[in-house]
Amino acid sequence: MDFWVTDDQVALAEGMRAFVAGRFPAEWLHSVEETDAVLDRTKWRELGDMGVFSLRSDGMGAREATLVYEELGRGLVPGPLVATHLAAELIDGAADGTRIVSMFEPSGGVTMIEHATEVDDLLWFDGHDLRRIDPASLTLDPVGRPLDPLGPVLICLDGLDQVRSNSAVIATGTPVRELSELGVLLTAALQVGVAAAATDLANEYAKGREQFGRPIGSFQAVKHMLAEMFVHADVARAAVRAGGCALDDASDAEPARAVSGAKAVAGHAALFCGKTGIQIHGGMGFTWEVDAQRYWKRAVALDVSFGSTDDHSLAIADMLIRP
Amino acid sequence: MDLRYTDEEEQFRTELRAWLESVLPDVGPTPDRSDWPARRAYDSRWQRTLHDAGYAGINWPRDYGGRGASPTEHLIFLEETERARAPYVGMNFVGLLHAGPTLVVEATPEQKEHHLPGILRGDHIWCQGFSEPSAGSDLASLRCRAVRDGDDYVVSGQKIWTSFAHVADYCEMLVRTDTDAPKHRGITWLIMPMDAPGIDVRPLRTMEGSTEFCEMYLDEVRIPVSNRVGNENDGWRVAMVTLSFERGTAFVSEMLDSMELCRELAELARKVTRRGGTAWDDLGLRRELGMLAAELDALWALTRRNISEATRTGLVGAGGNVFKLAYTDLRHRMGDLALRLLDRASLSLDDIGELPTGRHVQGRIHALSMSIAAGTSQVQKNIVAERLLGQPKERGWTSG
Ligand SMILES: Cc1cc2nc3c(=O)[nH]c(=O)nc-3n(C[C@H](O)[C@H](O)[C@H](O)COP(=O)(O)OP(=O)(O)OC[C@H]3O[C@@H](n4cnc5c(N)ncnc54)[C@H](O)[C@@H]3O)c2cc1C
Repeated sequence: MDFWVTDDQVALAEGMRAFVAGRFPAEWLHSVEETDAVLDRTKWRELGDMGVFSLRSDGMGAREATLVYEELGRGLVPGPLVATHLAAELIDGAADGTRIVSMFEPSGGVTMIEHATEVDDLLWFDGHDLRRIDPASLTLDPVGRPLDPLGPVLICLDGLDQVRSNSAVIATGTPVRELSELGVLLTAALQVGVAAAATDLANEYAKGREQFGRPIGSFQAVKHMLAEMFVHADVARAAVRAGGCALDDASDAEPARAVSGAKAVAGHAALFCGKTGIQIHGGMGFTWEVDAQRYWKRAVALDVSFGSTDDHSLAIADMLIRP
Repeated sequence: MDLRYTDEEEQFRTELRAWLESVLPDVGPTPDRSDWPARRAYDSRWQRTLHDAGYAGINWPRDYGGRGASPTEHLIFLEETERARAPYVGMNFVGLLHAGPTLVVEATPEQKEHHLPGILRGDHIWCQGFSEPSAGSDLASLRCRAVRDGDDYVVSGQKIWTSFAHVADYCEMLVRTDTDAPKHRGITWLIMPMDAPGIDVRPLRTMEGSTEFCEMYLDEVRIPVSNRVGNENDGWRVAMVTLSFERGTAFVSEMLDSMELCRELAELARKVTRRGGTAWDDLGLRRELGMLAAELDALWALTRRNISEATRTGLVGAGGNVFKLAYTDLRHRMGDLALRLLDRASLSLDDIGELPTGRHVQGRIHALSMSIAAGTSQVQKNIVAERLLGQPKERGWTSG
């Protein structure tokens, strides 16, 4: 047993962090927020070149994917990163980033689709089937003011039966379940990145911002908030990496339980770190300018993707009583 | 990153499991909690059994009678003994996990020879005399005085919260030997035989009604200078060695038991009737329970990460503090949930008929001590913020 990152894995994560910082800098993120087209096809292909969507077919595993996705989450990289990764072996062009694939996730009578008009395909986990939908076939109504401007959403006005009849089943049965588990886990990895980045930003701010003649980080109330953020993010990271081991058969844990647990814990961590990060920034935290609010918004968006913290907690409760 | 055990590790597990199956039937029932002589006999007998089979001091170096097992084997040992419901380390805790490992690192050859075998065999029970009425979180401000008189230190003062002092043979003591030096610099680490004249041990009743810990009044207790471990006034450093042993594997058995507790709560919820159905029909309760299970799984992953780190670097870094903070907080919430689930049945510290009230209510109370003992959660947070996150240290009170 050696549950520690290898040198190669560290290099992979560091490479991704440098790439993200170079190609998705804050100024760029802030500028695309003001436009309707958040996705940049050149950058998306660069993500493809970096192996973001294809790394598992390139001989790496879910473990490596979680490290990469943690970095993408940390850098607030916009777009349907998880869906395109899941489509890599099913839809030509997804693996190298020439086609962008988003998710169709109906919930409670509404279907909100992120980036619907900017992408080429949609995936829909419809029970045992995985469906491919052409977004052009849908009647879509854009949301005027999306909660997360880096994830513009459109509402699908068509009934589910209609969408079903206009879509194609591209996989069914066990592979669909496995892809869905991977989707849950990679979303959780993004959440860990968001939680960690929110913690880092607040931690740095607390060292520089002075009140009452001293850094606010010297106040114990602030210290304790920071410590709680760090704990949440670190525990969630362990859960996500254990989920990677479960999907790679490098653990005796049951994959369904491992990924649901990771999503629940990481979802909670991202939301907690997001809101606490804003609190630590005081009034600055409530401004548009400071990224603290972006982490929280992304945390909300990720929590309602691939099943919420609530959904996965309930799923685990049911696993507790299974004989 | 691989959570699978190697063939060697599995081999260790298989042998241990077979051994446990062979010896556990003879262990007998756990004695009554307040029957101290019986508890001592029970804990010592189990330690002796481990010793005779070569499992005592599992992580201690071979040179000092330990097994020299790797951190992962240590983890497997804790996992298997928990799974088999073998006895806990009990009152051998301080000797095996604190005092012994400190002696291994810091003591003279004579001191080691004199003390380590007794700890490993379960012959000698140790206690920890660190905390004082006015020195808890701020341990370095301790005042218990030791004055040199020929070949002895003469020790006077008061210790408190000393677990198992009323049954112990030896005490690892921190005393003040220099009152003028800065507080961390005037402290010395001594081995105090508990039968020395001048020691008055008075049991303190815990909120559970038990007498786990004591107050110790020391009136001119003579301790030979040869019982000093490390140099005079260097005791703080020696003590930090001890405290670092509290992290890492200290909570493994407990945590595995918590996972079992969580499953039991789910079963209980399906039996307990509420509002015309069972408590399990309450989605809110179910979701909380699912989340607790997810967090326990995450902490189990964190534990294995910490163990892997210890294997690679010899130390448990940040993960020890992170674990303690997260785990103790979780146990508080799990305990609250258990009481809500039991509803009016939570008013009993003992089982009521078929209802395992005792386990759940006592577990809830136990959680209250976990966020206080061995560094309160507030002090742990200071440590995380100051040492790991680099926030400014506060003068006077700090993370140490
Ligand atoms: C079950 C149990 C067993 C124990 N066994 C032993 C033993 O065998 N040997 C031994 O020596 N000791 C033992 N202890 C003592 C234990 O180590 C102390 O209780 C602990 O360190 C806290 O010290 P205190 O009780 O004096 O509380 P205090 O230090 O007075 O703390 C009171 C409150 O103030 C807070 N506080 C204190 N300082 C700070 C700060 N700087 N920042 C923020 N908050 C702060 C604390 O978090 C706490 O909430 C045991 C305790 C318990 C509960």
